[in-house]
Amino acid sequence: MPSSKKIAQQANATFSVVLAFFVDNRICNLKQIIPTMKRESLVSITDFSKEEILDLLQKASRFEANPNQKILEGKVVATLFFEPSTRTRLSFETAVNRLGGKVIGFSDASTTSSSKGETLKDTIMMVSNYVDLIIMRHHLEGAARYASEISSVPVINAGDGANQHPSQTMLDLYSIYKTQGTLSNLNITMVGDLKYGRTVHSLLMAMSHFNPTFHFVAPDELKMPVEYKLFCDQHHIPYFEHTEFSEEVINQADILYMTRVQRERFTDLMEYEKVKNVYTLHNSMLENSKENLRVLHPLPRVNEISYDVDSNPKAYYFQQAKNGLYARQAIICKVLGIEV
Amino acid sequence: MNDGKKELKVAALENGTVIDHIPSNQLFKVVSILGLENCANSITIGNNLASQKIGKKGIIKVADRFFKEEDLNKIALVAPEAQINIIRDYQVTEKRKVSLPDTVHGIIRCGNPQCITNNEPMETIFHVTDKVNIQVKCHYCERSASKDEIEIC
Repeated sequence: MPSSKKIAQQANATFSVVLAFFVDNRICNLKQIIPTMKRESLVSITDFSKEEILDLLQKASRFEANPNQKILEGKVVATLFFEPSTRTRLSFETAVNRLGGKVIGFSDASTTSSSKGETLKDTIMMVSNYVDLIIMRHHLEGAARYASEISSVPVINAGDGANQHPSQTMLDLYSIYKTQGTLSNLNITMVGDLKYGRTVHSLLMAMSHFNPTFHFVAPDELKMPVEYKLFCDQHHIPYFEHTEFSEEVINQADILYMTRVQRERFTDLMEYEKVKNVYTLHNSMLENSKENLRVLHPLPRVNEISYDVDSNPKAYYFQQAKNGLYARQAIICKVLGIEV
Repeated sequence: MNDGKKELKVAALENGTVIDHIPSNQLFKVVSILGLENCANSITIGNNLASQKIGKKGIIKVADRFFKEEDLNKIALVAPEAQINIIRDYQVTEKRKVSLPDTVHGIIRCGNPQCITNNEPMETIFHVTDKVNIQVKCHYCERSASKDEIEIC
């Protein structure tokens, strides 16, 4: 026994030396040094495989049939919203409450220690002592990835600046799945701000599993970035770019994904004024559209969908927001490892 | 006669490391990556020397210092064609090229002011996504940077 203990001690010592060696050398193999992200965290939609996405859609559909279940009883969830949000925070908090869990957190960072200069790391280390799950929105890009690497509990990214917003993507996928009966072989037409809109970028990547055809409708200033077009090329996904928002484009679409031109993403407000009203959908434009067409929008809308579209049965954006509740219930259970 | 003049440009090294074929405009980045500002050894730096391979080149000779391979590979980010010569007793005992790693820790500053790494006391991590044209991607904000955009911390 003493000799096996000695061997174990030696092995530990060797491991420490190896670790120290790698820490000392800032370039090395990714697997050896990148802080291990807890697999159960959700930072980007690309963290999920096609099978996991399909599994989540099934779970969301089960929650829609029965949204009130006491499966989070005894669990405490923190919603840390360093940046303001209405829909996302309320829908996450509703999801936890309907599953019987308790919510702590804040919706305004100015009332927290971060306004006193506390680092994100310290906030996450402290909060992860108290709760079973952290749901976080932050204005800085990469904040959720970093939090997931230092937290002792799973982290769900509820939006990190212009980077990722995976729960929005899950609810978009669920809405498409529900309205079309499938995610495969669809014509997805994305309209508006395709440059800064993180929802369209995440949706594009998530849909890449399902053989889509994309149409990108945007002014030159807000075109789909080259890296995403390259992504389509690499995955053999056909895409077509348009600057004109014409009925011809609308009439071939299965999903019309409208986006808001976000004022807060512009550094040059003159540029914003120039493009903010360029692509507005009016009810008359849907006259010859496909029967199965549904109009989606991540909300809030400003001018890009006129109010006369709301009464059209093809308008789906409010139901889409409701679907967020079920998609988020499914995500919360998945990251906590709860089978439903 | 001409050959003699060429030799005079850089003094011979008894023991140490020679880093050759550094593009002239990247020379001082290499100095910075290797932390040579704080190195007490004798260092000879030559720049804008004629090179058949890359037009104008820089060269660094560090006496009595043998770097770790990982440290030398860092310079591939800015000088992928750089050549390392290890000198012992006036003889070149080892000659090799630098090679870019898959992941780079802590040397590159992310160019995105909204990236968490520019706002927290933390180390940056970059994935090398294109070793030929040199393209890196921030592990955190996922923003890509090409060779000319790479900022050294």
